[in-house]
Amino acid sequence: MVDFLNAFALLSNFVIVPAMTYGSQLALGALGVTLVYGILRFSNFAHGDTMAFGTMVTIFATWGLQSAGVSIHPLPTALLALPVGIAATVALCLVIDRSVYKFYRKSRSVPVVFLIASVGVMFVLNGVVRFIIGPGDQRFADGERFIIKAKAFKKLTGLNEGIAFKTSQGLTIVTAIIVVAALFWFLNRTRSGKSMRAYSDNEDLARLSGINPERVVMITWTLAAVLATIAGVLYGLDKSFKPFTYFQLLLPIFASAIVGGLGNPLGAIAGGFVIAFSEVVVAYAYKKFLTYLVPEQWAPDSLVQLLSTDYKFAVSFVILVLVLLIRPTGIFKGKGA
Amino acid sequence: MIRIENLHMQFGGIHAVENVSLSIEKGSITGLIGPNGAGKTTLFNCIAGAYTPTSGKIYLDDEEITGLKPHELFARGLLRTFQIAQEFSTLTVRENLMMVPGDQCGESLIDTWLRPAKVREEEERIRAKADSVIEFLEITHVADELAGNLSGGQKKLLELGRTMMVDAKIVFLDEVGAGVNRTLLNTLGDAIQRLNKEHGYTFCMIEHDMDFVGRLCDPVIVMAEGELLAEGTIEDIKSNEHVIEAYLGTGLKNKPEPKS
Ligand SMILES: Nc1ncnc2c1ncn2[C@@H]1O[C@H](COP(=O)(O)OP(=O)(O)OP(=O)(O)O)[C@@H](O)[C@H]1O
Ligand SMILES: [Mg+2]
Repeated sequence: MVDFLNAFALLSNFVIVPAMTYGSQLALGALGVTLVYGILRFSNFAHGDTMAFGTMVTIFATWGLQSAGVSIHPLPTALLALPVGIAATVALCLVIDRSVYKFYRKSRSVPVVFLIASVGVMFVLNGVVRFIIGPGDQRFADGERFIIKAKAFKKLTGLNEGIAFKTSQGLTIVTAIIVVAALFWFLNRTRSGKSMRAYSDNEDLARLSGINPERVVMITWTLAAVLATIAGVLYGLDKSFKPFTYFQLLLPIFASAIVGGLGNPLGAIAGGFVIAFSEVVVAYAYKKFLTYLVPEQWAPDSLVQLLSTDYKFAVSFVILVLVLLIRPTGIFKGKGA
Repeated sequence: MIRIENLHMQFGGIHAVENVSLSIEKGSITGLIGPNGAGKTTLFNCIAGAYTPTSGKIYLDDEEITGLKPHELFARGLLRTFQIAQEFSTLTVRENLMMVPGDQCGESLIDTWLRPAKVREEEERIRAKADSVIEFLEITHVADELAGNLSGGQKKLLELGRTMMVDAKIVFLDEVGAGVNRTLLNTLGDAIQRLNKEHGYTFCMIEHDMDFVGRLCDPVIVMAEGELLAEGTIEDIKSNEHVIEAYLGTGLKNKPEPKS
C-alpha cells in the first residue's frame, strides 16, 4: 500500500502536476489561435511570438516594479506587471491588424495569403523581441517558490516520495480556470461575444444583420492578445523566458487547437491537455515508478522512457498528423484544418 | 422607393441580369416571378449589396445606393431574406433574432464592461421585441432551440422574423413561401400584409406559387433569361402571351428549361 502511494506521489510530482500546468498553458495559447481562426479564418503563425512580446513587456514592467521595491509577496511581482504587458500586446495586435491584415481583408484575400502574412509578422516580432531583450534566458519569477515543498510533503505523509507543488504551477492552473470561465461567460452571455459567435458561424448573415465586422475583428484581436500574454507570462514564470522557446511553442499550440477542432474554444482546451499529457507521459522515465509497483526481481534496469525529452515536440507532430489523417475536424467539430 | 436603371450583372460569360430598369412603389407589395435561372436572385443580390453590378444604377428614395455594403443598406432600412434560409446555427432562435438590430451598445467591449446597466436595459428591450416577433410568427415552442435544428419552413419564418426586428423601409423576400406548409403560408401572407398595412413596409418578393402571388402582390414583375418580360397586375400578367409562353405555360406546354 505504501509502495502504491509512493508510486502515485511520484507520478503526481513528475507527470500529473507538470502536465496539468503545461496543459493549461497550451490551452490558453490554443484558445487565442482558435478564436483568430474562427473569426478571421486563418492560422495565425505569429501567435507564439505575440506571446513572447507580451511576456517581454511584462518582464520589463516586473523589473521596474522590483527595482522600485514593489512586491506582492508571496505572489510573483509579474502578476502586478501583467496588465501592462496585456495593454501593450493589445495595442500591438490592433496596430498589426490595421497595418497588415486589414489590407488583405479589404482586398478579400484567400486565407492562405493571411497565413503567409502572419508568417511575416512572426519573423518581424521574433526579431523585435530578440533585439530588445536579447535571445538569452531571462528569469523574472520571484515570491514564494513553493506552495508545498517535497520535504514538507514527505514529513507530513511519511512517504519516500514527495510532491512538490510550485507556486507557478498553482498560479497557472488557477489563472487558467479563471480566464477560461471569463472567456466562456463572455462568449455565451454578452452581446459582443454572441456577435463573435454569430460572425464565426455565418459571416454573410452577420454582415447583413448590421454587425460591424471591423468591431468583431477588433474584439477578437483584443481577446487573442490578452490570452497570448497571460499564457506567455505563465509559461515564463513556470519555466523561464527565452524567445526561441516561445517560437517553438507554436507547434504544440497549433496541435492543441487542431486536435480539439480549429475554431472551437472547448476543443482548444481539451486539445491543450491531450497534447500536454501525451508529451509528458511519453517523455517520463518510468523506472522508479515501476520499481515501486512490481516485485523487486522484476524491477527494470533501463530508464523505461518511451522518448527522450529532446524529442518531445515530435509528440505534438505525430498527434497532429494522426488527427489530420483520421479526423480532420478534430475531437470536437471545428471548421476543418 | 427603389429605382433601377439599366442594371447589368455578368458572371464571366453569363449574363444573369441584362439591362433591367424598374421601379418599386412605396407601400406596395411587388411580386417578382420568372422561371428558374431568370436572374431574380441575382437582381436581389445586386440591390442588397451582395454583388456590385457590372453596370447600371440603383436608387433608394432618389439616393444612389449602387455598390453599398449589405450592412450599410441594412442601416438605411433595406433588408433581404435568402432563398436558402440562413441562420446562426449555434445560437438559439431568440438569440438569432436578438442579433439583428445592428450597432447595439453591447457590441462594444468598453460598454460591456463599463456600462453594464445601459447594455442590460438595451438587451431587455430587444428581448421583448424578439419575444413579440416569436409570438407573431407562432414559433414560441422553438424559441430556445438552436436555429441549426429548425426545419426548412421554420428557418424561413426566422428569416422573416429577422426583418421584423427593425423598422425596415423595404424588404426583399426571396421565396419565403417555398417549403412552407399551407397553414403556415397563410400566416406568413397575413404577416406580410399586416406589416405592409400597419407598419408601412414596402415588400418586393420572389415567389413561384401563383396563388400566393395573386393574393398579395400588386404589381407583378416578370423576368426571364435575365431580362424584364412584363409588368402589371396579376390579371395582366396571367393573360400576357409572352409570360404564358416563358413561364406560366398553358397547361399543355411544359415550362422551358432554364438557360444556363
Ligand atoms: N455567383 C454566381 N456565379 C456565376 N453564375 C451565377 C452566380 N449567381 C447566379 N449565377 C447564374 O445566373 C443565372 C441566374 O441565377 P439566379 O439565381 O438569379 O436565378 P433565379 O431567377 O433566382 O432562379 P430560381 O428561381 O431557381 O431561384 C443562372 O444562370 C445562374 O447560374
Ligand atoms: Mg432564386
